Amino acid sequence: MISAPDVVAFTKEDEFEEEAYNEPSLPEEYSVPLFPFANHGANPWSKFSGSKFTKDFILISEFSEQVGPQPLLTIPDDAKVSGTFDLNYFSLRIMSVDYQASFVGHPPGCSYPKLNFVEDSKVVLGDSKEGAFAYVHHLTLYDLEARGFVRPFCMAYISTDEHKIMQQFQELSTEFSKASECLKTGNRKAFANELEKKLKDLDYTRTVLHNETEIQKKANDKGFYTTQAIEKANELASVEKSIIEHQDLLKQIRSYPYRKLKDSDFHPYEPECALDQANPSFDQDSTTSNPDEPGETHLYARMPSYTPKLIKAKSAKCFDKKLKTLEELCDVYFFTQTLDQLNQIEKTFRGDVCYLLTNQICKALLKQQSITNFLFEDKSVLDEKPAEKQYSGCQGSNQDTINTKCLEESPIPQVLISLESYKSSVESVPIKMEQEIEDSQEPEVTEPIAFDQNLEYLDADIKGSISSGESIEVLGTEKSTAVLTNSESQASLPIHPSPQVVRSKAVSRRTISEDSIEVLSLCPSESLIPEDFKASYPSAINEESYADDGRGIHVSPSLNPSNVEEMEGNSEQEKLLPVDSACCIGKESPNFLEPLPDLTHKPCDDDGVVSIPPQPYRQVDQGFHVNFTDCSSHDDVSGGLLSYELDPHYLSSREASRISLDEYSDSTSYVSSAASTCSETPSPAHPLSHFNERHKKKAGQNALKFIRQYPFAHPAIYSLLSGRTLIVLGEDEAMVKKLVTALSIFVPNCGVYAKPVKHWVTSPLNIMDFQKWKLIGLQRVVSPVGVNMLHSLSRYSRYISILDADSKTLRCPLYKGTLVPRLADHRTQIKRGSTYYMHVQNILTQLCSKAFLYAFCHHLHLPINETETEESIACRRMNFLKLHLGLVNEDVKVVQYLAELLKLQYIQEPVSSINPMLRFDYVPSFLYKI
Amino acid sequence: MLRWLMGGGREPQGLSEKSSVQSLGEEQIQNPYTELLVLKGHHDIVRFLVQIDDCRFASAGDDGIVFLWNAQTGEKLFELHGHTHKITAIAAFPSSGACEEKNHLILTASADRTVIVWDCNSGRQVQKVSCFHSTVKCLTVLQRLDVWLSGGSDLCVWNRKLDLLCKTSHLTDADISALVELPKNCVAAAVGKELIIFRLVVSTEGSEGWDVLEVKRLADHQDNILSLVSVNDLTFVTGSHVGELIVWDGLDWISQVCECNTWDPSFHTVTQQEIKLSQNQHEVSIQHLTSDAECVFAAVGKGIYVYNLQMKRVIACQRTAHDSIVLHIAKLPNRQLISCSEDGSVRIWELREKQQLPAESVPTGFLNMWGFGRANKQASQTAKKMQESTTSYSLELIGDLIGHSSAVQMFLYFSELGLVTCSADHLIILWKDGERESRLRSLTLFQKLEQNDDLQLRF
Repeated sequence: MISAPDVVAFTKEDEFEEEAYNEPSLPEEYSVPLFPFANHGANPWSKFSGSKFTKDFILISEFSEQVGPQPLLTIPDDAKVSGTFDLNYFSLRIMSVDYQASFVGHPPGCSYPKLNFVEDSKVVLGDSKEGAFAYVHHLTLYDLEARGFVRPFCMAYISTDEHKIMQQFQELSTEFSKASECLKTGNRKAFANELEKKLKDLDYTRTVLHNETEIQKKANDKGFYTTQAIEKANELASVEKSIIEHQDLLKQIRSYPYRKLKDSDFHPYEPECALDQANPSFDQDSTTSNPDEPGETHLYARMPSYTPKLIKAKSAKCFDKKLKTLEELCDVYFFTQTLDQLNQIEKTFRGDVCYLLTNQICKALLKQQSITNFLFEDKSVLDEKPAEKQYSGCQGSNQDTINTKCLEESPIPQVLISLESYKSSVESVPIKMEQEIEDSQEPEVTEPIAFDQNLEYLDADIKGSISSGESIEVLGTEKSTAVLTNSESQASLPIHPSPQVVRSKAVSRRTISEDSIEVLSLCPSESLIPEDFKASYPSAINEESYADDGRGIHVSPSLNPSNVEEMEGNSEQEKLLPVDSACCIGKESPNFLEPLPDLTHKPCDDDGVVSIPPQPYRQVDQGFHVNFTDCSSHDDVSGGLLSYELDPHYLSSREASRISLDEYSDSTSYVSSAASTCSETPSPAHPLSHFNERHKKKAGQNALKFIRQYPFAHPAIYSLLSGRTLIVLGEDEAMVKKLVTALSIFVPNCGVYAKPVKHWVTSPLNIMDFQKWKLIGLQRVVSPVGVNMLHSLSRYSRYISILDADSKTLRCPLYKGTLVPRLADHRTQIKRGSTYYMHVQNILTQLCSKAFLYAFCHHLHLPINETETEESIACRRMNFLKLHLGLVNEDVKVVQYLAELLKLQYIQEPVSSINPMLRFDYVPSFLYKI
Repeated sequence: MLRWLMGGGREPQGLSEKSSVQSLGEEQIQNPYTELLVLKGHHDIVRFLVQIDDCRFASAGDDGIVFLWNAQTGEKLFELHGHTHKITAIAAFPSSGACEEKNHLILTASADRTVIVWDCNSGRQVQKVSCFHSTVKCLTVLQRLDVWLSGGSDLCVWNRKLDLLCKTSHLTDADISALVELPKNCVAAAVGKELIIFRLVVSTEGSEGWDVLEVKRLADHQDNILSLVSVNDLTFVTGSHVGELIVWDGLDWISQVCECNTWDPSFHTVTQQEIKLSQNQHEVSIQHLTSDAECVFAAVGKGIYVYNLQMKRVIACQRTAHDSIVLHIAKLPNRQLISCSEDGSVRIWELREKQQLPAESVPTGFLNMWGFGRANKQASQTAKKMQESTTSYSLELIGDLIGHSSAVQMFLYFSELGLVTCSADHLIILWKDGERESRLRSLTLFQKLEQNDDLQLRF
């Protein structure tokens, strides 16, 4: 059942294509032109054809010093999520963008290793061949056993939709920063623990060594030292040095500026720093000889007592030991908390970008209507965490671009377009940054500094001689300058005052390359850099290796659409090269980079299915290159079809995933889902509203049905809007509940609490019920009790409207206004429940604004001068309602009722136990029949 | 309405009973009460309401709890616990004249044979008197003398400090069921069928003390006196269970007029088929009386009668004003009358004059009149006038309030603030003028806006 055949031409979902092309071809003039950008796998509704996963997910990867980039976990933690998408390969790519994010080691002029508390770097990158775009958040965690004490990790939000990543960059960045901060806090704690253990070990070792030396001294009184003794002495000295180094590290890790975390969501476990500052004369004896000092005990009370071990002179390094898992690195509590946060993020950003954007705009607008929004909005929307308020002028200022883009929706993954759009969205970032700076009160961080540093970074790249650690430090420092108040760390930043040279050289343009990693942006501060600089950014990634190869920077500008194909393999190789060189197990790289045969389908059958990671070797690559173009340019449709046909497994898995997707949505709309993925997939911001979303959709659908089915829908809705309790009477619980659900969307809330809707009542009603509930589903029973119930109904008939679901009659006051017909037109073209729900919401919001005007207009309720009579005010009020607000007949009562609710809400004391009052009119009721 | 509800294939079970009661459509233009507030608190029948001051009232009932409410907001001010049994009488004891600060007291008598004095401002129990031999059934405050009386099996006189000033001897035949203050320091007490006049005299011993003397026993009533009301200084009225209404002279306690059987439908020529012949006494018992300067309004059985004191006749009536016995009536200043009944409804009536032939509209019926010498000139003149001008009156139903699901025991009219009704369904309902409330809310809103200076501040 395809309700909208015109849409089919635009869909690229496999089964529809089949149908479309098996039919005898239409005459040229009748055929709908193919969607022009189909070859890029981007029509407005369907997924990118190249993508191998259906839903967005979060990937956490590590650049392991032993095995290189490796995926650690995905959220949701489900094999279905990533589908055939090669996580290994993608980890490799995203990790290759970032370098070591922290500089640890012996900076010149300083004898001890220094920890740098570096901000995370945030990168957007895309892989159009894989159909994957990712927001990548790099962070480093400290590990005593790791090389340079750091373990680089990244968290990536992977989506098929580039626009989504781009437009949600700010939000993603904020959310991921929180998660990252959580991880890092846990890590600092764990690291401090680890350091302490190590210190104890070292101290123990020193004692042992010292004893041994003493024994040797005693045994040997000849006045000269044996080589053995000298060795021991050296060993002792190195242990001493190590102790000092570790103590210094411990001091550093504890001196982390916690105040930065004040505004974040979780409660950082933060006592170390304060305690240690109180105890500045931190000398080795205090920790070693007195391990149970009060500060330690309550902090690490959970820690089992630790027995020191002897440390061998040469400690094992990289290869012969197992590295700590992420969980071990970050303390279980923080790890699980981070996972929760990431799950939350995944839920928040689920669904189509237009949906997310609309939602955000909607929420922002609703926040502005703080006085009226309680009437028809759910509480869940209004009670967002303050964190969500982050959404600010950034999106708002961009609204136009977003809108136009949504309208045009020429969905070529044009990098240029996206870059521009990104730029436009980043341009407002500095404002935001400033806000953050103000919040965190870090006066040192100013934009010029960030600017300089970025320039430094570029300069450094040109030179190609700076170590990766350092360049990363700069890369990620747009906000990190002041993290350490120690001037030592600042001193380690090289200063390059004249970036002019770079500017001239680094001019290059982004180009579309089918399968190269497209670094679309690096960090928010990019906007501070002139356009041409920005362009040179992406190439910077490769430059190190170029420098090694002696090719220099000129290679990357030469990439342009005409020679993409030749360059493809090249660039790919180049991409991989830095990985090789940077990886400590470079020699094993071929093994690592070979795609795992099990994970992908047989390469030969898989013509054009882009599930195979590119090979590092040029000759292989050539062959694949052709296939890629075949696949992605859908001119040769049969080829594309063939690939689907050839791979039933693939098809079925897709199908399966789609079905699973549809399980979440309503069954009725499943059939036409191909044409409407856009509105189908969106799901909701968080679990509570997930339910609400479904509820809304259901309510909308039921309401549509009600409107079409019952000719007297208008007076019924009017009853609800004017605050007259509507009772749905019926024998069948399901039917009554359905009607109640349908009508509930028209019920104004009386307070900030739940809607005054009671779905099912079986006992006789009394006056209190009408005071409390505005929509009641009532059971009709054939028994004395039932008669009682009907008696009570007839007794209270002046307060209620009664909809008899069994006989399909309605008894309620007459309605002759114009408002409800707009709200509930039985000939409406709206077909979908959620759309109708929005339509209703829209009109109700208009209504609310009218009510607001009416309620808050001073002169409508109070005399202008003292001599004015009550009658003339009343007259003015009526005039306002009728002439200014354009209300007809009974519509006046609706607005009056809503205004009354607004007034009540406003004047009500926060804690008031007073029951809501029941307002009513003495108006005659009429009986409506079908 | 009901038939429609019952329709759709359902059996109408015994609902054919048609009500003869005048009913009003759903449109009630003159009914100002368009907003209601249900006050919950009691968990048994609420029988008494008493006004404390302009905006407060107390409620009491069979659960022994006394609640103080704010009549404007419906806020529950205090919950007074102290009685262990149901409350039998309640009276407000207003502060005496211009003395010190306003301390409003209320007195409550209960079936646990105690009387408690409560302070309305603090919600505290001021004092408890528990030296009664029987349940106190009525309480009256004599403001002039700054004393209060309690009536049960005897009559006690108390001062503000709760000192027992004096008491009568034990009344053997029945308990005092009602008390009313008369001029010259007299009180009339209804004791069974008898009406006993007591007089308070300054005691011989001290300046503070009073003595109470029984002055006269009036046994004109054939049955128990149910209601006793003072019209003005010169007149008071009693009503009995069998429907005798006697107008008494307040000074010499002589029965001026005895009206009886007016309301007995068996005497009427126009027999009303609806009312079954098996008359029970309730049909004519005078449940409640109220009066303004010129008329006495009697709740007789299911009906309401307006008796004009000057014309000495019933000028208007509604024989079946309610479906069930009328329990309480009150006259409003604007020629309106409110009645409440066991059927759970409250009705608002208007006394309308109409120019009509007297013979038909006015239920002349069979008037038993006894003139006791007081038939002066004026009265006869008025009577003549009445004969000439054909002014007649009728009680028109202008509105009804439906909210209670059980008998409405009593109501309290708070002029502007609205109407408070209490009922056997444990609820108290505050009926308000919706438009006025709306205006008030607007006023509050703008005041609040001014205070807050900004819309957003509160949110």
